[in-house]
Amino acid sequence: MSAPLPRPAPFTPPRFNAHGVLAIYRFELARAARTLIQTLVTPVITTSLYFIVFGSAIGARMQSVGGVPYGAFIVPGLMMLTLFTESIANASFGIFYPKFTGTIFELLSAPVSPLETVLGYVGAAVTKSVTIGAIILGTSSLFVPISILHPVAMVALLLLTATTFSLFGFIVGIWAKGWEQIQIIPALIMTPLTFLGGAFYSIDMLPQPWRTLSLFNPVVYLIDAFRWSFYGAADVGIGISIAFTLGFLATCAAAVAWIFRTGYRLKN
Amino acid sequence: MQPAISIQRLVKRYDSGHVALHGIDLEIQPGEIFALLGPNGAGKSTLINIVCGIVTPTEGRVLAGGRDVVREYRAARALIGLVPQELATDNYESVWATVKFSRGLYGRSPNPRLLESLLEALSLADKRDARIMTLSGGMKRRVMIAKALAHEPQILFLDEPTAGVDVELRRDMWALVQRLRDQGVTIVLTTHYIEEAEQMADRIGVIDRGSLILVEDKRTLIDQLGERQLRLVLRRPLDAIPAGLADLLLDLGDRGGELVFTYDATRTIDVSALLRRLTELSIDISDMQTRQSSLEEIFVKLVGRRS
Repeated sequence: MSAPLPRPAPFTPPRFNAHGVLAIYRFELARAARTLIQTLVTPVITTSLYFIVFGSAIGARMQSVGGVPYGAFIVPGLMMLTLFTESIANASFGIFYPKFTGTIFELLSAPVSPLETVLGYVGAAVTKSVTIGAIILGTSSLFVPISILHPVAMVALLLLTATTFSLFGFIVGIWAKGWEQIQIIPALIMTPLTFLGGAFYSIDMLPQPWRTLSLFNPVVYLIDAFRWSFYGAADVGIGISIAFTLGFLATCAAAVAWIFRTGYRLKN
Repeated sequence: MQPAISIQRLVKRYDSGHVALHGIDLEIQPGEIFALLGPNGAGKSTLINIVCGIVTPTEGRVLAGGRDVVREYRAARALIGLVPQELATDNYESVWATVKFSRGLYGRSPNPRLLESLLEALSLADKRDARIMTLSGGMKRRVMIAKALAHEPQILFLDEPTAGVDVELRRDMWALVQRLRDQGVTIVLTTHYIEEAEQMADRIGVIDRGSLILVEDKRTLIDQLGERQLRLVLRRPLDAIPAGLADLLLDLGDRGGELVFTYDATRTIDVSALLRRLTELSIDISDMQTRQSSLEEIFVKLVGRRS
C-alpha cells in the first residue's frame, strides 16, 4: 500500500439524493441481472403451463366468460397473480438481504432519506414485476388473441398494483427476521387470496355464499379492475376497485412512514 | 476551531432498560487520531453507531462538523465514513461495483478516477473486477475501507479495525491510518488492543460501562499515570539499602543485585545526583535500565480501580 490516497474534497449534499436513489435502484437491478435466466424464463414457463392446463385442456371445454374466450379471460388474472408474487418477493428480498448480510449499516449511515430509500427499492421491484408482467402478456398473446380496450388504464393499474404490492413487500422484508417469514406471506396469504380472487373465473360463476364471501377478498377487486381494462366487463365496480387499491397503497405508505420514524426492526 | 465531532450529554437507554451510555461528553478535533479504548461491552460501538446514524440516541446530541447528526443528518453523514467491526459485504458483487455503489449512496457524482486511485492506494487495483466472495479476509477489510472512503469523508470511524487480523495486515492498517491523517482526515477508532492505541492515537478516551472515565493526550496519559523505574544493576549485591540512601525510597531488587528507583510525574529524579551519592558510598554500577509502564498497565489500573 504505497500509492497516495486521494485527498477528500469538501461537499455539500443536495436536498434530494438522486445519486443515492439511483445507486440502490441499479444495485437491485444488477441483482436481478445476475439471475437473469430465472428472472425471465421462469414466468414464461409458468405462464405457458397455465395456458396448457387452463387454456387448452380445460378452456377448450368451457364456454366463453361474459363473451370473452376462456383462454383470453384468464390473462389479466394470470398477470395479476404474477405481479403480486413478484412485487412482494422482489421488494421483500431487496431489503431483507442487506439486513441478513449486515450491509444494511451502510444504508442506515448514508445521507439517504426514507423516501429515497423506498424510491430505490420499491422502484426497482416495480420495474422488475412490470417487466415480468409484460413478458407474460407477450407469452399469452402467442396462445390466445388478446385485446386491450383501455390501454392507458391497463398500464396505470399495472403500475399502481406493482407499486402497492412492492411497498407491501418492503414492509414484509423489514418485518421478517428469517427466510421462512419472507416466504410465509406470499404462500399463506397471497396465493390463496389470488386463486380465490377470480384469477381463473368470474365470481358470478360461484354459488352462494361463496360469491358474497368473495366480496371480502381484496384481490377480487384488483383482478376485476384489471380485467375491465382488457375486456370492458367487470363483476364489481371499477371505482370500488381503484378506491380499494389506493386505500391499500395509503395503508402501506403509512406503515413504511411509521417504520422509518420509529426505526422498527431497522435501528435499535 | 470547530470540533470535527462534538458529543454532548449523550445517553443511550435500550428498551430493555439497559443503559449503554451514561451521558457522554466528548470533543474530537479536526485532523486528530482519537482512540476509544475500553473492554468489550463498554459502549464503544454504541457510541460510534449513534454518531453514524445507525443507533438512535435517547438523550443528548452529536454534531459532526457543526451539523446535528439527527436534525441535519444529510450534511452530517456526508462528512462521515464508517468501517464497521464486522466484514459485511455483498459477496456476489465485484469490488468495483460495491465501491461505486457506496459513492452513489452518499449522493456524490461518479468519479471513476478517484475510485481507481483509492483502489490503487489500498492495493486492490488488480482485484477490481473480482467478486468479493473470492477475496481473503484481509482484502475484504480493505474493500470495507475503500467503501467507507469512496464518498471522500472528512471523518473516518474505524470500529475495531484490527480485531482478528494478522500482524502484517495490522501494520498495513496502522500505516494507512497515518496516511489518511496526512490527507487531513480525522480518525476515530475503537480498539481493545492497547498496543494499537499506543501506536496510532494522538489522544485516548477510556470508556467503561457506558461512561467516559478519562480523555487525555496519549503522551500525558503515559507520563502522568505511568510509572517509571530506574534499575541499577550492582557489581556486588547488597544485603540492605545503605543508611545513607534511606531518604531516596529505593527498593532492593533481584535478591540484592539491583537498586530500584520508582518515580512518576509527581516524583522526579536527579540521576546524576543519585549516581554521585552511590559513588561516594563506593557502590559500583555495572548496568542501568529504565522502563516505563505501557498503556496496558495504565488501562488495567484505571478500569480495575472502578470495579
